[in-house]
Amino acid sequence: MALIETQEITRTYQLGDVEVNALNGVSVLIEKGEFVSIMGPSGSGKSTFMNILGCLDKPSRGRYLLDGIDVSTMGRDQLAQIRNRKLGFVFQGFNLLARTSALENVELPMFYAGIGADERRQRALEALGMVGLQGREAHYPNQLSGGQQQRVAIARALVNEAPIILADEPTGNLDTRTSEEIMALFVRLNADSKITIILVTHEPDIAAFSRRAIRFMDGRLISDEEVS
Amino acid sequence: MTNIPWTARLALRALRANKMRSALTMLGIIIGVAAVIAMLAVGTGATMRISEQISSMGSNLLIILPGSTTSGGMRMGAGTQPTLTYQDAQDIPVECPAVDAVAPVLSGAAQVVYGRQNWSTVVTGTTPSMLYVRDWSLSEGRAFTDADVQNATKVCLLGQTVVENLFGDEDPYGKIIKIKNLPFTVIGVLKAKGQSAIGQDQDDTIFIPLTTAQRKLFGTAFPGMVRIILVKAKSTGELNDAQDQITSLLRQRHHIGPRQDDDFTVRNLTQMMQAAEQSTRIMTLLLGAIASVSLLVGGIGIMNIMLVSITERTREIGIRMAIGAKTWDIRFQFLMEALIMSLIGGTAGIATGVGSSAVLSKIAGWPAAVSPFSILLAFGFSGAVGIFFGFYPAYKASLLNPIDALRYE
Ligand SMILES: Nc1ncnc2c1ncn2[C@@H]1O[C@H](COP(=O)(O)OP(=O)(O)OP(=O)(O)O)[C@@H](O)[C@H]1O
Ligand SMILES: [Mg+2]
Repeated sequence: MALIETQEITRTYQLGDVEVNALNGVSVLIEKGEFVSIMGPSGSGKSTFMNILGCLDKPSRGRYLLDGIDVSTMGRDQLAQIRNRKLGFVFQGFNLLARTSALENVELPMFYAGIGADERRQRALEALGMVGLQGREAHYPNQLSGGQQQRVAIARALVNEAPIILADEPTGNLDTRTSEEIMALFVRLNADSKITIILVTHEPDIAAFSRRAIRFMDGRLISDEEVS
Repeated sequence: MTNIPWTARLALRALRANKMRSALTMLGIIIGVAAVIAMLAVGTGATMRISEQISSMGSNLLIILPGSTTSGGMRMGAGTQPTLTYQDAQDIPVECPAVDAVAPVLSGAAQVVYGRQNWSTVVTGTTPSMLYVRDWSLSEGRAFTDADVQNATKVCLLGQTVVENLFGDEDPYGKIIKIKNLPFTVIGVLKAKGQSAIGQDQDDTIFIPLTTAQRKLFGTAFPGMVRIILVKAKSTGELNDAQDQITSLLRQRHHIGPRQDDDFTVRNLTQMMQAAEQSTRIMTLLLGAIASVSLLVGGIGIMNIMLVSITERTREIGIRMAIGAKTWDIRFQFLMEALIMSLIGGTAGIATGVGSSAVLSKIAGWPAAVSPFSILLAFGFSGAVGIFFGFYPAYKASLLNPIDALRYE
């Protein structure tokens, strides 16, 4: 059984009288431990696809099975729980909570998981250490560089030991060197912790860090190949 | 998964991020709660004062006033004709079984002088039973006796206000004062009684024997005339009986035919005061109700700000949902903010309310009684307002679509 399986998923947006198919019959299988990059021109449906994988959105048609379970049968709180336990998000714009220290940002998913204060703190410190941010725990997002903020976001995605990390253009706002550092971090997490990583990018250099590349065009999957 | 301290900390942080806005929102609650507390305090104070006045007036009291008379076809106004006499007053306790005691009164304003001090006051001619009827006692000396009334002696009892104004710190007992230039011996001092129901200083008075007043101070063309008669009934239950008995006795004594109107009026003072007390109670409730409208407005202010805040923080809500916040996590977070605002506002409002009732009572010379009950009520009420008006915004926030919330600019 694949970790992630989409069966002919379609996502339709209603824009006035026009129906836009942001995704059009996409079927993909992703196994545990894979490192997949998703590429394609702007507007081709990459983010739409990621949002569905991340249980933030639902397909209009088709089925999405996560760990063999059809996500469309689940209610709000069940989906919240899945996002909390199984999925880690890394966004292009970091999406950290302002006026909240790095440490507290990382503690947040554990709070919603109902983990006690001591363990929360302990594990958040560990996760921040893992992404190389020792000593920055008390910093607020606006006191951190973009690369550091993205590391906080990655630590937050890791901290609940989610088996899947979904990253939508995680290096989109970063310079080349910082991007490579972040990618090295993903590669390490994938290799050492067997975390499944799915990452959207425009840049072939970034995609080169992955082992499988999926291409979208106009909401359709047009190629799916191993990265050499 | 309701971690109260954590959520409270979160809420406080959010409120601190917008200090001015939070403070202004709380101000609505502060004003509402303070108004409720102050209004209830003033109203309760007024009710309490009336109750005190009822007991200071003396219990089970009726008052007989001279009424309108018809003379030669002309109706005269009430109280203009001398229709009550000392003899009437003397007959009432004998003839009316429901009556305990009576005190006839003939009073008037007079200038009193002691040494170089002088003071204008009300001089009340009455009988020794006055003190019993009014539940009044002496702080010093003795009361005058029936013999004093019979002989029209020039003795007097002074009220506290008169003592203060004429004697200061000096002991008035046994001193001679001049009332309308006639010398009177002070044989006793009345205990302080405070203000009457109509705001008169009851202690600004002098009691002298009735006959002395009739013959030497306020002499009229009608010997034996009294201005009013105070009557004490045997019990509250017998007030109505006493009223009926007095009415028929006086009609008979005044030779009033069956078709003629009474030439006197008997009023039930205790009942009148109780009615006043009742209406003050109702007024208190009314004031409280009006004040709680402002609390309601404060609550709407909270709701308004929470709705604004939720719109501004849509993205934050999206982030929280993306990392696993459930419906009630979000609801609880925003409810907590509303609740904290209303409870802080409530506490500050209680302080303001207690403070302003104290100031109010100082200024108005009106007792203000802040009861623990009204504090508890205000606190509970503001908490309820927070939850009630916070719920809709919190509910709305919790139902946002995670992806829409995350994308919100
Ligand atoms: N909320 C929405 N309402 C209407 N149309 C939408 C919405 N979100 C996306 N779309 C449309 O769906 C299509 C796919 O959008 P999507 O964001 O998935 O593209 P993308 O591949 O991520 O592009 P980019 O590389 O620029 O991020 C676009 O044509 C877009 O206009
Ligand atoms: Mg996109």
